[in-house]
Amino acid sequence: MKKQATREAYGKALLELGKKHQDIVVLDADLSKSTKTAEFARAFPERFINAGIAEQNLMGMSAGLAAAGKSVFASTFAVFATGRAFEQIRNSIAYADLDVKICATHAGITVGEDGASHQSVEDIALMRSIPGMCVVVPADGPSTAQLLEQLYHRKRPAYLRLGRMAVEQVYGEEQKLELGRGVELRTGAEASIFACGIMVDKALLAWELLKEKGISVSVVDMHTIKPLDQELVIKKAQETGAILTVEEHSIIGGLGSAICELLSEYCPVPVLRMGIRDEFGQSGSPQELLRHYGLEVEDIVQKVQKLLEIKLK
Amino acid sequence: MREINDKRVREVAEKARAIRRHIVTMLCAAGSGHTGGSLSASDIVACLYFWEMNLDPANPDWEDRDRFVLSKGHAAPVLYAALAERGFFPRELLMTLRKMGSPLQGHPDKRKLAGVEASTGSLGQGISWAVGMALAAKMDKKPYRVYAMVGDGELEEGMVWEASMAAAHYKLDNLVLFVDHNGLQIDGRISEVLSPEPIRDKFEAFGWRVMEIDGHYIPGIMEALNQARLLKGQPVAIIAATTKGKGCSFMEDRVEWHGVAPNREEMEKALAELV
Repeated sequence: MKKQATREAYGKALLELGKKHQDIVVLDADLSKSTKTAEFARAFPERFINAGIAEQNLMGMSAGLAAAGKSVFASTFAVFATGRAFEQIRNSIAYADLDVKICATHAGITVGEDGASHQSVEDIALMRSIPGMCVVVPADGPSTAQLLEQLYHRKRPAYLRLGRMAVEQVYGEEQKLELGRGVELRTGAEASIFACGIMVDKALLAWELLKEKGISVSVVDMHTIKPLDQELVIKKAQETGAILTVEEHSIIGGLGSAICELLSEYCPVPVLRMGIRDEFGQSGSPQELLRHYGLEVEDIVQKVQKLLEIKLK
Repeated sequence: MREINDKRVREVAEKARAIRRHIVTMLCAAGSGHTGGSLSASDIVACLYFWEMNLDPANPDWEDRDRFVLSKGHAAPVLYAALAERGFFPRELLMTLRKMGSPLQGHPDKRKLAGVEASTGSLGQGISWAVGMALAAKMDKKPYRVYAMVGDGELEEGMVWEASMAAAHYKLDNLVLFVDHNGLQIDGRISEVLSPEPIRDKFEAFGWRVMEIDGHYIPGIMEALNQARLLKGQPVAIIAATTKGKGCSFMEDRVEWHGVAPNREEMEKALAELV
């Protein structure tokens, strides 16, 4: 199947949504070619607003447009959306519970050569901490399109985390996803891997290698980090007794944290977290960076083996 | 063009006086809050709610209503007082200001109180809301107008200038911004803390039409609003020279009245002057 970046899928899905729903307005901060909102802008120039390089006002205007009845999609790079404009998202958008979907691209280290200033590794943590904010990290193109449409209908503040790098398709066109419900892509007994975003595909590849080694694990796509599918996390913890979380994000405050917070209260089992370990990224190709920060398929395999040792102790 | 006559001026002045009396009374009851900047804005807010804006208190979500965004959200008492006087909610509710469970939050919360158009309080953000609303009106070819008010200290927020750039770029002639220019902020005179001057030149350089008025002279405020309706192709900034604490002699132009509520004695003294 053809590789596609989630930002590409976002651009196409947004265009289709725009054809169906006249209330959709899209804003960008001078990055529409990169975030792929340019396709919407070309088709519906009267419903596209370029805020220029001014992310705070981008979020503030989004609030005003939503308060006036618009369904707003606001895009820029993840590091600027969630970092530069954090307090505008908090106070203008989330506090007022407005219909603004912050669809941020170039999340994580796979931004690549641009380096750490543009590699957002704390955006999930930031967005997750805001009361009522929905946080979604799709694994591939088809799931991006589906979840985007559901976010449109949800009509509440949401953060959609999208990537720059082309990724393999995890889902067939016919598979249905539901916001807030994790997807158990593989079922195995010894441990469960919870992954999000580009790490889902890698977890599936790790599953293959583990199977060859005679290790049976479950793989769950946790596309919605907030609200967390608590039922599924607890069920998998009970069934398999050990959890590995994998994300292209800091291990502080992201998917791993969300799962640990839940399990420590309701079902304490050994959990290992894979992600960026309290450090900034750097320039390099996405592949080099994933290898350097220990986010490759082989790393997942090794972590599962380590997890099983802990579990058996 | 609406005629500015003595009768209308008297009516609005009477409302401004009622708003000021509510402000000192509710702040005294609350025991905390921002007195000075609520009083400096009272005449402008009275003109908006009792002269300028098309509103329907019985139908606060009426799509074509004019909108007012109090970007200097700490002056919430002036907004609440105007809304109560205009009939959005009973006046008695004013006495619940800042109390647990009250819809009259310390800073305006649009989810809790009908008539509040924007949740503000974090300075600089309201002007962006107003720009967003004015953009929506243009997109929908709606006739409604959007009014916003910033403090002069608030102009120190960089976001104000991002929003100002956008408002001029998108030719938002349905947007009127009042600058409540009382010259004081919490830490002292704006000229000493961090001067936003020259304010007129800044807005003009950003592409706005600028008027300078006395923010306590009601016919002048009305006249500026009348003129603003006639200007096309640009947003309008009305720099209103005001006095912090206006109407209560012992509060006027005194920085210590920025974020302090009057005690009972001070309230009575203030009410005795506001007649």
